[in-house]
Amino acid sequence: MSMLNRRHLLQTVAAGALGLSGARLFAAGADRPRFLLVFLRGGYDATHLLVPIGSSFYYEQRPRIAIARPGEGADTALPVTADWGLHPALRKSVYPLMLAGQARFIPFAGTEDLTRSHFETQDSIEMGQPLGSSRDYASGFLNRLASELNAQQALSFTDQLPMAFRGPERIANATLRAPARPVVDARNRALISRMYEGQPLGQTVEEGLALREELARDLSPERLKQEMDAAGRNAIAAKGFELEARRIAALMRGRFSLGFVDVGGWDTHVNQGGATGTLATRFEELGRGLAAIADELGPELWRQTTVMVISEFGRTFRENGNRGTDHGHGSVYWLLGGGLSRQGGPVAGEQIALSAATLFQNRDYPVLSDYRAVLGGLWQRQFGLSMAALGRVFPGATPRDLSLI
Amino acid sequence: MSNLTLSRRQSLQGLAGLVAATALGVPSALILSGCASSPPAAPLDARQRQRAADRIGWGATQAQLAAIEQSGWARYVEQQLKADPSAPLPAPHQAAIDALRISQTDALARVREAEALRRSIDKAATEADRVGLRQSYQNTRKEVVREAAERQLLRQLYSEQQLLEQMAWFWFNHFNVHQGKRDVSLLLPDYEDRALRPQALGSFGRLLGAVVRHPAMLRYLDNDQNAAAGLNENYARELLELHTLGVDGGYSQRDVQELARVLTGFGVRLDDEPPRLKRSLAPLYQRDGFFEFHPGRHDFGDKQVLGRTIKGRGAEELDEVLELLVAHPATARHISRKLAVFFLSDQPPQTLVDNMARAFERSRGDLRATLRPLLLDPAFVAPAAAPKFKDPQHYLVSGLRAGFEDRPVLTSLPLQNWLKRLGQGLYDRLTPDGYPLTADAWNSPGQMTTRFEIARQMGAGAAALFRPEGSREPVAMPDLRALQQRVAATAAPATRQTLAEASSPQQWLGLWLSSPDFMYR
Repeated sequence: MSMLNRRHLLQTVAAGALGLSGARLFAAGADRPRFLLVFLRGGYDATHLLVPIGSSFYYEQRPRIAIARPGEGADTALPVTADWGLHPALRKSVYPLMLAGQARFIPFAGTEDLTRSHFETQDSIEMGQPLGSSRDYASGFLNRLASELNAQQALSFTDQLPMAFRGPERIANATLRAPARPVVDARNRALISRMYEGQPLGQTVEEGLALREELARDLSPERLKQEMDAAGRNAIAAKGFELEARRIAALMRGRFSLGFVDVGGWDTHVNQGGATGTLATRFEELGRGLAAIADELGPELWRQTTVMVISEFGRTFRENGNRGTDHGHGSVYWLLGGGLSRQGGPVAGEQIALSAATLFQNRDYPVLSDYRAVLGGLWQRQFGLSMAALGRVFPGATPRDLSLI
Repeated sequence: MSNLTLSRRQSLQGLAGLVAATALGVPSALILSGCASSPPAAPLDARQRQRAADRIGWGATQAQLAAIEQSGWARYVEQQLKADPSAPLPAPHQAAIDALRISQTDALARVREAEALRRSIDKAATEADRVGLRQSYQNTRKEVVREAAERQLLRQLYSEQQLLEQMAWFWFNHFNVHQGKRDVSLLLPDYEDRALRPQALGSFGRLLGAVVRHPAMLRYLDNDQNAAAGLNENYARELLELHTLGVDGGYSQRDVQELARVLTGFGVRLDDEPPRLKRSLAPLYQRDGFFEFHPGRHDFGDKQVLGRTIKGRGAEELDEVLELLVAHPATARHISRKLAVFFLSDQPPQTLVDNMARAFERSRGDLRATLRPLLLDPAFVAPAAAPKFKDPQHYLVSGLRAGFEDRPVLTSLPLQNWLKRLGQGLYDRLTPDGYPLTADAWNSPGQMTTRFEIARQMGAGAAALFRPEGSREPVAMPDLRALQQRVAATAAPATRQTLAEASSPQQWLGLWLSSPDFMYR
């Protein structure tokens, strides 16, 4: 109910200050820190993203799909450190952010879950509970985070509510792949509300109806910076994930400061390609979307924002018989934001030299940075969460401060 | 995703259920006989019939309710269990299916033709030709998917064998494949009609055997790439985790690898020409349509699967392993629980699941025997018991059946698009776990509001479905009187009072389809 009250309040304010309303509404809460989790479903090949250019072992084990060391031309890795390079598909999007200290990578990150099953590992990560004990399947870590912050500020940018956001706090969801419109006319809306009053789905339905009205207002074309630019300069309009990302950012300028979005299509068992090809295209699209978030938020809000990109696991270090890779273990997480720390350079967290002996089960990246410890450490800094609060978000985990921001 | 997590929970509840039954001092054999063989003797009342019809099929119609009333529930269930997968639909609807291209062309010829088209792309002389050919290949794929979807929906809407159509959907979802993977789209109609439907109410073992030999599954989970020289574990893992034992079924990474070795050589061949083989291997080669077992790609070493040594000898190894999997108690539990979740409740009673699992084990995976205790359980027809939240497909199909009975849909495209909007597009589940079966995946605020939008369109007469594609002709509203009487007798008070304020049949139907009552089955 409090959300409805808040909405009415906002509308009242807006009605009283016509002409200035948009700017005022969006300015509200600019000081609040913002967090977006981007989940790459399918287990993206992290070795293809953050390329271990210092490792001859890597080039031996991926004879047909490795990304060449930084050099001349578009088809080689972009230099990051002596050990690491970045996939060239990110040249125009995430790489410039990295050079500006606004994108960092955490290799050997992941979960202790060893099923190597997409579904089991995704669920297990999204629940964020200790392994090996009885788990509460109706409680995801973003839901628990939302209850420490403010659930009214959380929104899942998905068709369905992901496991991460399930739990006692009722979190709204709305996919932004298509433009938002109001649902039904006022009379039918009132009748629907009445049928659901006091029903188990009553509050869900109220929230859904109210949220759609709010989105239709806040995502109107004049509010979307990029769409305006495109109209003015005849540039190519954003599409696909980039357009979705712009809408997400537009909403995160307003009342939503905790978000989730997932991107599929990373399960590259066959012909994943190298500097170009299937996976490169995915990286390119994702990178453009991430850069669009920074752009759409603008420098002031971008400084308050972090975007973490994770996936359920990494893939086998060696290429398979089909120029692809199979389910692995350790991954590489991406962290983006306007206020990241430069301490330690673009690659953060514990690292090891790669050899047959240091691979996990002689097969995958090991996990040296547990996702719960990394996220806990980040949120400790970003949201100022106490140890007790972090213990509720990630029970049994010890936050690790990697000085990420 | 949630069906997996449920299967994990299941083992805990299994234990709890066992403890509870023992505490009550009820011998387990009694529970079984009590539930399995004595259907409720008294005839069902109107509300029970409504619930029963909503549960066993794709949503109650007047005709179906009358059939249940006439036969009595126990006999209706037996008729439904005896369904004939090749029986035609009632005449006008069967004519619509017969008119589809997928009904008129041979599956092999269709795939070959499309493959020839695909190969011609690279040989085209100019870039413009290539673009044109690629477009026409994509159109071929899209048309097959659209027709398969149409056929599926027509069957759900109009078949009298409603249980069969439920099970056909259930098994496709259980053995999910995605249209976007390589040429899976072209194989969909054949996968449904030759691999899944014949055993949808038959033997789980034969169903599993048909799936592992179908090119759609072999393509989708990359087993056509799995060879002794380059192992690909993808199918092996899902076969254990999703298709049989369940994620907590007690297998290890080693079992996955060993099963992957058993699966080497099971693949797909589109050409007529058999591969060239060493003379000693040639007799072991198998071929059925596009399926092949290629002994030259098979790993002939011995394997250890679930503690049993499988002697390396060719395609028969897999039959031995599948038998082992079908007989495994974890499979009986996994399948039984999933069926109970699908039909009855997100949290089905453990004693019922145990009864089903026991029936599955005793009958070696006979699906009629497994379903009988479920369908005849008093909870199945109980209007008061916690109802099952409809997933989008159940919601939409039941909405059309309720509002329009057997009025023939002229194009199902709008319906296919609604399914996509609600997050449950046909053949559109990317991952092999299939769509979730529980409410929490479908009842979020965003999804509820989309339902209201679509309910308004259905209420307005769903004209786009009932006139030829592209036509703007008005379509008459159906006669809603029988439905209105049913609703008056069964709906919640707030719903009835609200519906009384509707000022037109259109608004009435839109509101009924938006009501909390209609969200459940």
